[in-house]
Amino acid sequence: MGLQTIIENINKANLKSDIPAMQVGDTINVHSRIVEGDKERIQVFQGVLISRRGRGINEMIRVRRVVDEVGIERCWPINSPMIAKFEIVRQGDARRAKLYFLRDRVGKSRRLRDRRRGLGKTEAATK
Amino acid sequence: MGFSLLGKKVGMTRVFKDSVSVPVTVIQVGPCVVTQIKTPEKDGYAAIQIGFEDIKARNSTMPMIGHDFKAGTDPKRTHREFPVKAEELANYTLGQTLTVEQLKDQLYVDVIGTSKGKGFAGVMKRWHFKGMFASHGTERKHRAPGSIGGLCSNRGFGGGLAKGKKMPGHMGADRVTARSLDVVSVDAAQGLLLVKGPIPGPNRATVEIRPAIRLYRSKAKKVAAKAG
Repeated sequence: MGLQTIIENINKANLKSDIPAMQVGDTINVHSRIVEGDKERIQVFQGVLISRRGRGINEMIRVRRVVDEVGIERCWPINSPMIAKFEIVRQGDARRAKLYFLRDRVGKSRRLRDRRRGLGKTEAATK
Repeated sequence: MGFSLLGKKVGMTRVFKDSVSVPVTVIQVGPCVVTQIKTPEKDGYAAIQIGFEDIKARNSTMPMIGHDFKAGTDPKRTHREFPVKAEELANYTLGQTLTVEQLKDQLYVDVIGTSKGKGFAGVMKRWHFKGMFASHGTERKHRAPGSIGGLCSNRGFGGGLAKGKKMPGHMGADRVTARSLDVVSVDAAQGLLLVKGPIPGPNRATVEIRPAIRLYRSKAKKVAAKAG
């Protein structure tokens, strides 16, 4: 067996199969597991997916939301067991792969157009 | 006394263990064949010699083919020996196969390999010197070692430079031991060993694996706790 195949087989065991087809620009809910002592609860983080980087086991996502005019960005490995679930809330229209320009936007210009036609701009990552 | 095995570095990846991402190096361990048993009577000391990785007979030499044939095995690429106590020799037989199963109960292992060669390297890369100023009138000497001392000796006076002065020179391609690496998992079916963190050498390099000796206190405690 080739050496690369061995690595791929190890990675396969750690890859998730239930990741929805999220694209950059989408507003998503990330259900992350939080362990406090022996208790476990789920925290939901809603925001705009502004970047996906890496491939396979190394893929990371970066999600941005704005609370009280303060931007918050969180990153996770997409295959991390600490994430229980992803949900797509809204599909946004993005023309580039990394939406870092949203960091400089204020007010209405922060919104992204809905990917479905005919719909106007919608507030990205509403509370 | 311990033992050692030979293996091949496969490469690095990450696994999620207890929900935490762990960087791992995958090592294909063995199967190693006992090719010679050295006894105090015959050789003056007790040791076990193992061979690893089949090669074509035409790539071996007649003496080595004969040597491996005595152990009842095909020609091997690499041979390595490790010392054992004289009374432990009875645990090994000529031609016996050692696999990754031997490492199953280990919490920590040492991995010995040959580091990647860096060629002729300057002092900044080789010894982590700071180099000189980028500006303030510095010209053509930004990565130079600076003063190396004069008229100095290790003791007394005179005699030129101190012995062992850190200078530019050949870097890498050395025997390096990565000590006390956590064993993340052992896959006996495929002969794979996953250890935490990097190990010396490029992918495909042959490495030596042995149970960890000289543990940190915290790691030694964990080993003692496991042994009960």
